[in-house]
Amino acid sequence: MIGNLDTALLQQIWWILASVVGSLFLFLNFVQGGQTLLWQVSGDEDEKSLIINSLGRKWELTFTTLVLFGGALFAAFPKFYATSFGGAYWVWILILFTFIVQAVSYEYRKKPDNFLGAWVYELFLFINGSVGILLIGAAVGTFFTGSNFTLNEYNQVSWTHPLRGLEAAFSLFNLSLGLFLVFNARVLGAMYLVSSIDFSGRPQFEARLRRSCVVSLVCALPFLLYVLISLLLMDGFGFDAAGVVSMVDGKYLANLLAMPIVLGLLLLGLVLVIWGVVMTSFLGGTRGIWFGGLGTVLVGLAVFFTAGFNNTAFYPSKADLQSSLTIYNASSSHYTLTAMTYVALVIPLVLAYIAYVWWLMDARKITTDDIGGRKAY
Amino acid sequence: MVDLSMVNWARAQFALTAMYHWIFVPLTLGLSFLCAFYETLYVRTGKEEWKNIAKFWMTLFGINFAIGVATGIILEFEFGTNWSNYSWMVGDIFGAPLAVEGIVAFFLEATFFAVMFFGWDRVSKNFHLFSTWMVAIGSNLSALWILVANGWMQFPTGMAFNPATVRFEMQNFWEVLFSPVAMAKFTHTTSTSFMVGALFVITVSSWYLLKGRHVEMAKKSIIVASVFGLLSTCYAAWTGDESAFVNASTQPMKLAAYEGLYDGEKGAGIVALGWLNSEKKPGDSLPAFDFEIKIPGGLALLANREINSFVPGINDLVYGNAEEGIESVAAKMEKGKAAIADLAAYKAALKVGDAQAADGALAKFNANQEYLGYGYLLSPEQTVPPVATTFYSFHIMVFLAVLFLLIFVLFLIAAVKDTIAAKRGLLSLGFISFFLAMIASQSGWVVAEVGRQPWAIQGLMPVNVATTNISAGSVQTTFFMFLAVFTLLLIAEIKIMLKQIKIGPEGF
Ligand code: HDD
Ligand code: HEM
Ligand code: HEM
Repeated sequence: MIGNLDTALLQQIWWILASVVGSLFLFLNFVQGGQTLLWQVSGDEDEKSLIINSLGRKWELTFTTLVLFGGALFAAFPKFYATSFGGAYWVWILILFTFIVQAVSYEYRKKPDNFLGAWVYELFLFINGSVGILLIGAAVGTFFTGSNFTLNEYNQVSWTHPLRGLEAAFSLFNLSLGLFLVFNARVLGAMYLVSSIDFSGRPQFEARLRRSCVVSLVCALPFLLYVLISLLLMDGFGFDAAGVVSMVDGKYLANLLAMPIVLGLLLLGLVLVIWGVVMTSFLGGTRGIWFGGLGTVLVGLAVFFTAGFNNTAFYPSKADLQSSLTIYNASSSHYTLTAMTYVALVIPLVLAYIAYVWWLMDARKITTDDIGGRKAY
Repeated sequence: MVDLSMVNWARAQFALTAMYHWIFVPLTLGLSFLCAFYETLYVRTGKEEWKNIAKFWMTLFGINFAIGVATGIILEFEFGTNWSNYSWMVGDIFGAPLAVEGIVAFFLEATFFAVMFFGWDRVSKNFHLFSTWMVAIGSNLSALWILVANGWMQFPTGMAFNPATVRFEMQNFWEVLFSPVAMAKFTHTTSTSFMVGALFVITVSSWYLLKGRHVEMAKKSIIVASVFGLLSTCYAAWTGDESAFVNASTQPMKLAAYEGLYDGEKGAGIVALGWLNSEKKPGDSLPAFDFEIKIPGGLALLANREINSFVPGINDLVYGNAEEGIESVAAKMEKGKAAIADLAAYKAALKVGDAQAADGALAKFNANQEYLGYGYLLSPEQTVPPVATTFYSFHIMVFLAVLFLLIFVLFLIAAVKDTIAAKRGLLSLGFISFFLAMIASQSGWVVAEVGRQPWAIQGLMPVNVATTNISAGSVQTTFFMFLAVFTLLLIAEIKIMLKQIKIGPEGF
């Protein structure tokens, strides 16, 4: 059945799937955003514990989504996996480092005899939420601004910049995208914490969180605007029917106009995020996270679709245009894409049990009772 | 060409990170089931004491799990960062199990882990039990998929080389999944990890009994762990034997190396105990052992299930053995070099648009393509893995397996008779058993991985072709970064673990 689909369609399906996973990751970054809010919004140790215990029930999901993003790209677009991870070596290594130290921090922070002391683990969480997300943003930015690599006829990658990927962080566009993601994660983090913590007896804590939501949005906006305006004005990497890559004036604007659905996703997403913030910060609502989260997913999808569809090279090379990766030249074989698509049929089931468990575990808010005892973080 | 020191740093880094991951993973695989058993006993009997036992082991499980996850993420991306050429050449096949692992296994673990830890008063008793089982099953499913990937590197199957894209492409998913090597790897790795988990429980419980603390809890824990351990040991011995049997046909050089067999023979004996002659080199006439105790016919039986059969040795595999129809490596290297040249000619012809020349080159290439990997070797002797490392690791593993069998039997008898608390000698042995289990488990991987050198993919791709084009300095730097971070985190985990063990379970 799926085996009868033609390769191009499978490649598009997998770009959509990878985009969905990537966008869900951006939503789940509320964990990272919460981590950077930790010191700022908590008034005492108990409030810190409330935050940690609330995020501590979700951090694995974010982490695993990142792992899946890597695995899915490896299986569906192995040339991207090989080129980007091997080429932009340092940027990925540093991102991974921030996730390594994050993974132990929840469990170890409060345990007696933890060797490094609670504040070091809190610092790890902060680094993960700030540096980690910033660099991820910079790496995603190179989908539009291009990277410095060439591929030979055996598809072996040579990186032509000594910083091996870190140079991405020195472009204003990439940096802005990174900072936008950092602040957007904080917006989401605040929304999530507002929705999951029982604030009885702690009105100031609640007020601080609700305020930080809108403050983070205000901080995010200039970067967002810069990114959006640049995106509409910049030249992009397009390719023609023969697969020849060239610079095209206003390519990304053209993509949005050619794919009105994508433009719609982008605008709707932005409106939803803003509505989530309004709910959280001004209307006293607790469900802002659903709007903010959905909005982030939609914006993420729009970004990935703009980068990869409508004859656009999603991982372009500035050093050698013809080395640029497109979803058509970077993908696995028809057979593998087919097999993986069958596997992907279980994704709805996975999402269903995640949603069910989420609902079950969050039916009751986190209270001070939950942060005592040996089981708590 | 490839910077040789870069290959070695990349190998060292992979070994470092994989071995760190492997400190925590077997414990996760084994302890997750033990937690599920203890909790099942609680739900079945309704006795609070089983609940406290389950909760205690879960606390230790959680501490271990966190660092297991931390060390895993780097492996997932390391194929790209350090072995990018490899990732391109085989990503079409190798990437799939990694992705499937994420979809079907890691999410199961991650989702139900939160329920297992924080769900005690948020979900029903039965749903909680279900979640604990899901964590155990999810962990072991993740082992399945990653071992399918690893098994494929040891025995590439279900694929074909595509000269147009210069990579291997998958032809049959089921062949990759159900390859005999993958199945042997999965069953052996999980069964031995169950042993590791059981020995962990025995170590901690022995310590309590030696100190006279939490006596009831320790005894109860021991009964369940030794039953589980004993069953797992039998299963592990069987799957270990199966692994060696599979090696005989898929990786005969590895088998010859870990058995220290230089000259093949009919009815080859197996070395039960031996000391290698350190001067011995392939091709010379020195004796292979300074000292050995051999069981006649043992190896032939193990390798071919037939006591008089022929088992090839290192020399036969390197220099060929016409009588047994074994081709020499030198001959394979010739064919491999021809294949590389024909592939280049094919590419060049395509570039200038000469279809006829391209077809001709391709036909010549196809004749030799299965030897492609050999064309990159520098000398025939390069196909011999480090014999001593593989040999001793293998023998340590098997020796310890026998010891563990003994430990489980004695613990089970003493626990059933309720004389365990008085047996200080046995308890002391039990106390060190977990550390021995770690040694056995790591040794197993050394056999598997060092024994397949120089191949990243058996027969197809030697490690020096697999690497990323990056300076040795970068890889060296990240090597030390990983070493520092993982060591720091390991110290933290050990200290936390010891403290929690000192605090002990509630209610006992
Ligand atoms: C507690 C750990 C432990 C114990 C007691 C044993 N093993 Fe093992 N062994 C492993 C842990 C391990 C492992 C770490 O799980 C390995 C590494 C790769 C693999 O598949 O499993 C392994 C690999 C491995 C291999 C190499 C497989 C390959 O490269 O494809 C062989 C031939 C055996 N084992 C055989 C045995 C035998 C005959 C045992 C005795 C009964 C035994 N092992 C006990
Ligand atoms: C977790 C337990 C594992 C351990 C302890 C381990 C150990 C090692 C060691 C010691 C080496 C270096 C060998 C040498 O160069 O002499 C190595 C290499 C390697 N291993 Fe493993 N390994 C493990 C699991 C895996 C798995 C599951 C995979 C694949 C999915 C894998 C893939 C590789 C690769 C790609 C290399 C580099 C290429 C090579 O040197 O052959 N390893 N491993
Ligand atoms: C090169 C090979 C390997 C890679 C790429 C890898 C990758 C990973 C990753 C990314 C994680 C974190 C998953 C999460 O988000 O929760 C992880 C954890 C885990 N891996 Fe590995 N892994 C490798 C080898 C192995 C092997 C050989 C086994 C078992 C046989 C194994 C079993 C597990 C288990 C059970 C976990 C759960 C966490 C824990 O152990 O505490 N992995 N691995």
